[in-house]
Amino acid sequence: MTLPLFEAGGDPGPNFAALLRSSGLAPPVPDAPATDLMISHATTVVAIRCQQGVVMAGDRRATAGHLISHRSIEKVFPADRYSGVAIAGAAGPAMEMVRLFQLQLEHYEKVEGKALSLDGKANQLGMMVRNNLPAAMQGFAVVPLFAGYDTSRGVGRLFQYDVTGGRYEEREYAVGGSGSLHAGTVIKLGYRSGADADEMIDLAVSALFRTAEEDAATGGPDLVRGIYPVVAVIGADGFERVVDTDVESRFRNLLASLENRGGDSQ
Amino acid sequence: MPFYVAPEQLMKDRADFARKGIARGRALTALSIQDGILICAENRSNSLRKVSEIYDRIAFAGVGRYNEFDQLRIAGVRHADLKGYTYSREDVDARSLANQYAQLLGQTFTHEMKPMEVEILVAEVAMESSGDQMFHVLYDGTVNDESGYTVLGGEADSIAERLGQSYDGGWAVGDGVRAASAALSGQERTFEADDLEVAILVRETGRRAFQRIEGEELAEMLG
Repeated sequence: MTLPLFEAGGDPGPNFAALLRSSGLAPPVPDAPATDLMISHATTVVAIRCQQGVVMAGDRRATAGHLISHRSIEKVFPADRYSGVAIAGAAGPAMEMVRLFQLQLEHYEKVEGKALSLDGKANQLGMMVRNNLPAAMQGFAVVPLFAGYDTSRGVGRLFQYDVTGGRYEEREYAVGGSGSLHAGTVIKLGYRSGADADEMIDLAVSALFRTAEEDAATGGPDLVRGIYPVVAVIGADGFERVVDTDVESRFRNLLASLENRGGDSQ
Repeated sequence: MPFYVAPEQLMKDRADFARKGIARGRALTALSIQDGILICAENRSNSLRKVSEIYDRIAFAGVGRYNEFDQLRIAGVRHADLKGYTYSREDVDARSLANQYAQLLGQTFTHEMKPMEVEILVAEVAMESSGDQMFHVLYDGTVNDESGYTVLGGEADSIAERLGQSYDGGWAVGDGVRAASAALSGQERTFEADDLEVAILVRETGRRAFQRIEGEELAEMLG
């Protein structure tokens, strides 16, 4: 690879996606519908605001049609130090979008010597989703959630997107993916303004558990293989993933409390 | 009608021109120490940087004409990010980047109207100090693989001599900053935190090793 140099007029600036395009490395847009392909879909993700910032969580299942294609994929990623992104939709393009988004934020920071503002990051992601619209029309829709700690305002903020790249800031919580209806209801009932991260992690865990009971595409905790949802807290200290053993003990507590109620969680 | 100029003379003139431009600028030094690779530059500006991050474990530093080395810096960031995207993050290394810079500087030196008036450093920190790499690339594309410490810019020889008298690879950050500052300033001057731009590639850390040391933290180290 040679050094990428540009004339003043064609310089891509701090934009990594533009750099990829001018280097001929941008992924091609699919030109036929994906109806006959069995592509993997990633499902339920949630983000909840809390006193410290935002809690993000996502189950670990990917499905292709009626099959479980992966039982341990991850859908919640750090975007940079102070923000995270969670994905739902076609798994392959979604992973690629996350990778590009992470690179884009880091690239901007290095070229400009200063990180983007949280609004700037949210807009960037919106633009990436919008650029994916032609692919979405062919069945490769990607719908992310974005959450971060706004260092200039000192609060956690979260954003929801639609396939057209529409960006919607939510005040309390946001959900995405096939199980969003159920997860949203559980969170809506359990949400308390100003609650701390610990309580909201429990709420996220419970929402994913309830959703897995109702939605075939959402995976519950796998106690046999030790696979648990990915949970992360984004606060003033940045993006921190909750360790698996902690998530496991929260699930065991949840299960124990359900057993005490007579076993039937209906 | 063009006059004949002997190639030796042409090269010498170009080299003198570049050297003069570089000598006008202020110097910087990089040291491989216990805690990582410390880069310390004399720079009174807080926004026009001489030292910056290229990739996870790679840093860049330049002296001479700001617009020229900044253009090289951005090209380096692009090269590294594209390479990491195409292959993997582990495959991005300082050696290949230094070679790319050398190619470009050499090409510019012989073929363009004027050579670049810059000297640059590409440093990569390793888990052990024996694995640290520091490539010092000159205006004509000459690459020097340095070990221990290196100095770029005007008065490099006398600064290197001062630093060489005390240099110790076992230094902690504070020792390194004080020694680098003293070597850069010489006996007649003393530097405050505002006169210096300091950054370190931390040896043991998460993914991104590059950290700036500035403000109160730097003032405390300088004592």
